[in-house]
Amino acid sequence: MRYKFLTAAFAATVALNFAGPAAATDLEVTHWWTSGGEAAAVAELAKAFDATGNHWIDGAIAGSGGTARPIMISRITGGDPMGATQFNHGRQAEELVQAGLMRDLTDVATKGKWTEVVRPKSLLDSCTIDGKIYCVPVNIHSWQWLWLSNAAFEKAGVPVPKNWNEYVAAAPALEKAGIVPLAVGGQAWQASGAFDVLLAAVGGTDAFLKVYKDKDAKFAAGPEVAKVFKAADDARKMAKNTNVQDWNQATNMVITGKAGGQIMGDWAQGEFQVAGKTAGKDYTCLPGLGLNEVIATGGDAFYFPLLKDADKAKAQEVLAETLLDPKTQVAFNLKKGSLPVRGDVDLNAANDCMKKGLAILAKGAVIPWTDQLLSQDSQKQKEDLFSEFFAKPDMSLEDAQKRFADIIASAD
Amino acid sequence: MSKSERPSQLFRNLNAKVASIPMILTAMVVFVGGTAWTVLYSFTNSKLLPRLNFVGLDQYYRLWATPRWLISIENLLIYGVISLVFSLVIGFLLAALLDQKIRFEDTFRTIFLYPFALSFIVTGLVWQWLLNPDFGVQGVVRSLGWTSFDFNPLYNSSIVIYGISIAALWQGTGLIMCLMLAGLRGIDEDIWKAARVDGIPMWKTYLFIIIPMMRPVFITTLVIIASGIVKVYDLVVAQTSGGPGIASEVPAKYVYDYMFFAQNLGQGFAASTMMLLSVMIVIVPWAYLEFGGRKRV
Repeated sequence: MRYKFLTAAFAATVALNFAGPAAATDLEVTHWWTSGGEAAAVAELAKAFDATGNHWIDGAIAGSGGTARPIMISRITGGDPMGATQFNHGRQAEELVQAGLMRDLTDVATKGKWTEVVRPKSLLDSCTIDGKIYCVPVNIHSWQWLWLSNAAFEKAGVPVPKNWNEYVAAAPALEKAGIVPLAVGGQAWQASGAFDVLLAAVGGTDAFLKVYKDKDAKFAAGPEVAKVFKAADDARKMAKNTNVQDWNQATNMVITGKAGGQIMGDWAQGEFQVAGKTAGKDYTCLPGLGLNEVIATGGDAFYFPLLKDADKAKAQEVLAETLLDPKTQVAFNLKKGSLPVRGDVDLNAANDCMKKGLAILAKGAVIPWTDQLLSQDSQKQKEDLFSEFFAKPDMSLEDAQKRFADIIASAD
Repeated sequence: MSKSERPSQLFRNLNAKVASIPMILTAMVVFVGGTAWTVLYSFTNSKLLPRLNFVGLDQYYRLWATPRWLISIENLLIYGVISLVFSLVIGFLLAALLDQKIRFEDTFRTIFLYPFALSFIVTGLVWQWLLNPDFGVQGVVRSLGWTSFDFNPLYNSSIVIYGISIAALWQGTGLIMCLMLAGLRGIDEDIWKAARVDGIPMWKTYLFIIIPMMRPVFITTLVIIASGIVKVYDLVVAQTSGGPGIASEVPAKYVYDYMFFAQNLGQGFAASTMMLLSVMIVIVPWAYLEFGGRKRV
């Protein structure tokens, strides 16, 4: 009886297999998008890929990029590559490409005219190594945002600031009202990211590029960067009572009015949306800290490891095309809260802050981000320095700037 | 001289030798081989992938000029001294108290040993909450009326390593107590009787008779504690993830972060070679005294 049942079950599965479309290929895709909004955005990509007759196998790795990247890299170098994988475009996968482990997508790119549709051009440049294209950018995430709680400023009795300088001036009033002026979580990348944003905003675009692109150590030790360290010192003083670790806990302090504001990337917007807050009414966003309205073109991209299986290789091409499809781009980015990589798509449903970002993007006020300019090694050293700087009120500015210049001098 | 009279040493216990070949191979290839490979590549500038591109001692110069590494070493020393001294002292005291033929000994033993059943990750998370200024000990005492009470080790750079040590002691002391108790139970009852007949006070009996007799137990315990100190990593990750800033970093975390987050294998290998070296500096003289001496006797 039991055997009969099993046999029937097997027969059924075999029959089902044959019933499916003949071209269906399973492709495993790894990524680290696991929070509520992120998972919804990934589901859009999977839906679009499944609609092509292939099958998306979701390989989500929990615990942010820092945890996921070592796992992905060891799978690729260890000879068990997945069908496609997320990285932040830039230099994270550079060595994997140089070692010949990644697939060259130049043919697909030429066919799809990627060089014409992808905007800004620097996105595709980050995917290009030795004239060949190795990744598909899917969104633009920018760090340059200051999120302010309108309720907190109302309670302190000061108007909501329009730029960083007004914000610093308003800090004592916030403190008097029992509000932490600036929320900076304890994770190392938050402190380091906040400094980079200050560098681009207070120091200006040229200063940012001179330090991180040209790696000019003398300039990094000079008076212009000293101004940025002065601003970072203000930020350090304003943030000293933030007793939280994660970035979304810090964002939550702004949402609940316990903190005046936070310097954080546009992914923070998802938290405001989930909490049911409206841009302009409950919170204010200032791109470029209100001083220098630029957007950095960091973001996410998909890389395709070199596979032996011809069917899977074919499915990789289909996935690459699907990811850049205008319809997929809109559906994905609306859920993710990021900006699309194509200039020719319509984003009417975007909220105020996203529209501000799109306007800056249309003006072409973009800078490359540190993921694109610095190696992971230099990034980590920078994180160590700034997390120490923000946690140690007695660390002198001269000392910190000297160590910063040393890191830039040895950066690659 | 003829072979038939004295069989060669090589072929004695042949079965046993053949049987241990897999273990010997594992030890040679995995442990010794892996160690040699790591040391070799620590002299290269390997980034994400290991490459034989030698740069001499550059990785070591950089390592010892990095403030984070120096802080890690300092933290390891403080943590090491604290956990060595306190877990031995507290563990022995608890064992001696339990050894007084008290009632409910099994119950107490279970209670003291229980934390050891938890991993360092769970221990770290539990103590992160207990030491949290808003929800933990400080919050409770303040809500009882003592509003100026200050106990906030995890958010204070200068004492954070002590906050971590507290959690480590809570977790590990039970095991030390059990080892000590086993040692105490191994002491012959007659020795106690003889000491009592001679009118030696109890504390003196412990200090000058029992403890010297428990030398093997102490050595085992010492090795267990010391290996726990060098490899401490998960507790720090769970409790503070190295913070505030880099105030509670430890060497093992530096190795992991630089090998995998920073994609700089060379630097990670250099740091792990330094960890190996520090273990060797402690172990080799001790092993020489312990095992080398016995042969001469």
